Amino acid sequence: MVSLEWQIISIVRGEMMKIITCIKQVPASSDVEVDPETGVLIRDGNNVKMNPYDLYALEAAYHMKEQRKDVSVHSITMGPPSASDVLVEALQMGSDEASLVSDRRFAGADVLATAYTLSQMIRHIGGYDVIVCGKQTTDGDTAQVGPEIAEFLGIPHVPYVKEFMEVKDGSIILRSAYDSCDEIVEVSFPVLITVDKGAFVPRLPSYRRRLSFKDYKIPVVSLKDFNDKNPDNYGLNGSPTQVEEIFPPSSTSETVRISTTPEESGKKLVDILKESRFL
Amino acid sequence: MTEQDHDALRAIVGEANLKTGDTIEPDLFHDELGTVANSPEVHLTVTEKAMVAKIMRYANDRKIPVTVRGAGTGLVGACVAVKGGILLDMSKMNRIIELDKTNLTLRVEPGVLLLDIYEHVEKEGLFYAPDPGEKTATIGGNISTNAGGMRAVKYGVTRDWVRGLEVVLPNGETATFGGKVVKNSTGYALKDLIIGSEGTLAIITEATLKLMPKPKYTVSLLVPFETRAAAIDAAPRLIMDHVIPTAVEYLEKEALRHSESFLGKKLPHNNHESYLLVTYDGNSKAEVDNDIDAASALCVEQYGAIDAYLIDTEERKSSVWTVRGGFLEAIKASSSAIDECDVVLPRKEIGAFLEYTRDLAEKLSMRIPYFGHVGDGNLHIYLCKDDLDEKTWLKRRDEAFGLLYDKAAAHGGLVTGEHGIGYAKRRYMARQLGEAQMTLMRGIKATFDPNNILNPDKII
Repeated sequence: MVSLEWQIISIVRGEMMKIITCIKQVPASSDVEVDPETGVLIRDGNNVKMNPYDLYALEAAYHMKEQRKDVSVHSITMGPPSASDVLVEALQMGSDEASLVSDRRFAGADVLATAYTLSQMIRHIGGYDVIVCGKQTTDGDTAQVGPEIAEFLGIPHVPYVKEFMEVKDGSIILRSAYDSCDEIVEVSFPVLITVDKGAFVPRLPSYRRRLSFKDYKIPVVSLKDFNDKNPDNYGLNGSPTQVEEIFPPSSTSETVRISTTPEESGKKLVDILKESRFL
Repeated sequence: MTEQDHDALRAIVGEANLKTGDTIEPDLFHDELGTVANSPEVHLTVTEKAMVAKIMRYANDRKIPVTVRGAGTGLVGACVAVKGGILLDMSKMNRIIELDKTNLTLRVEPGVLLLDIYEHVEKEGLFYAPDPGEKTATIGGNISTNAGGMRAVKYGVTRDWVRGLEVVLPNGETATFGGKVVKNSTGYALKDLIIGSEGTLAIITEATLKLMPKPKYTVSLLVPFETRAAAIDAAPRLIMDHVIPTAVEYLEKEALRHSESFLGKKLPHNNHESYLLVTYDGNSKAEVDNDIDAASALCVEQYGAIDAYLIDTEERKSSVWTVRGGFLEAIKASSSAIDECDVVLPRKEIGAFLEYTRDLAEKLSMRIPYFGHVGDGNLHIYLCKDDLDEKTWLKRRDEAFGLLYDKAAAHGGLVTGEHGIGYAKRRYMARQLGEAQMTLMRGIKATFDPNNILNPDKII
């Protein structure tokens, strides 16, 4: 519900709440080949998709938009021109605007250079209240880009968000799930949050939205548009990380050992199976 | 059966593969639905076809009833030993014999599970198209019920994917019908007679399945509609407009809610009255995209859909299909007992039939959730016992079945689309087909099985 108070504030400010979502195109399957010479992932243009965590980030943004009505969602991604496919998808899902961050000089960026580039992009857009990222990507898996963007922008960040409890005037109450505990925080705008899987049921791309964005041209933003135009701060040049080797992670499986009486073991087993919805 | 019978059978299958009396697992007394139950006298697990032939010779000589069983996932009691006797368990005859990449065939024993067939052929880039909801069923069971599944709209049913069968006849003789051949005009289509015969004519000991290259792209659309009628009418219109999908499923709020609460998962865009779930597949992205575009445009611009949502990645497929796949289990879990009606109708008649079903639910004060493969006209309608006492439940259930099957017949429909007749649906079939057809069927049965030992009291 939009409170009267907030409506009045909105009218006085005459501004919409602005959310920026950072999304990424990733390989569609975990079966990705690595160039043995360079250690770089061989990206197959036909076998790509939006980073699954970003679906939840987008849904979080749309959730806020539905709660407040006066919200605009701007999705950005960094990558080659073909990466704009994920922006088209975001527009079809619920974003109002989309921009591609693309420049040959951004290529080969590590976590730090990527976060710096995106922070420059966000400064370029300006006027934001909330930046939403997926918790991590399924190709890089670092979960660091979001928090590093916040550091570059000098704003607070909240990671591992799994619930949006309340969107207030100028702040938001969030629940984050850590390994050992949940944390509920209220944080003022502007803020960056990273969203975990399961926070929402991500919506699907809509045919009607696709029609309404048929003539939308996604703007491309490059180094010349940024405040910091020094190419040494971007791409491979701006990346302190040296990749020595890339290899697929080993698969892990969790074993639960129940050692008690047969009756209790049975009960526990049933509980575990129920909890996992096998029963 | 006597101790002497047990000894003779033990000599065929070995000590470990024969169980009698209390040592027989009670789960083997019924099928998945559990409405038909009886205990066999002997449970035999066979591991090779020679055993089957010997058992049948012995049983035929002594006129001992034999009921064939696979994974027991049926819903009409076909695998229940209603006459006692021998329960012949084929689930351990589960070897994949040969994948022939030139002839595009797969030879399997009857106990191979459907999910193992998919895994075996798909890793080679090949495809076995029938996809009944129950993937832990055996291929023998699938062939015996002529199982269908969602992809029947485009790819047909199990019968269309069986090239050959090797069987043991009730007298213990073996016979091979068809083979790896694509065409076959050689005499009566005995292979096709065995398919769908629910273990009443012969025992399948080997099947040669047809394969095709696996379609490289599969994309679905979730299409919500304001009204049931609009959703149901759209399915035949898609087909009429020549944008023929691989599968068209119809979902409605009530069945969705059951599944969501049962699984603890929510369908995206779950606040609408009714939906079509439409799938397209093909070998090029462009081809599939074209179909998806055309279907989306038709649904939204001409058939009155609220929108058409794209299901194109594994995450999206899982978020939608998991909820769809949970329907039967969820409905089962929601009621103290259920029974099911698997009618098949001409596509155009589905709307009227479901309207009748809803009226009937109200008239009988019985909850009757349903979902359906609207693309091929096959509906799954569930009668729920809920709080009814046993006597009232049975009375209302029988009344509901009678009315539903009569109504289906009036609309040009038939008693079962894919679950079979088994034990539970015999009278409804007999009533619809009439004496002339029943006489033919009894004649066929008598020709194959003059002593009526093979799965007696099933189908006819």
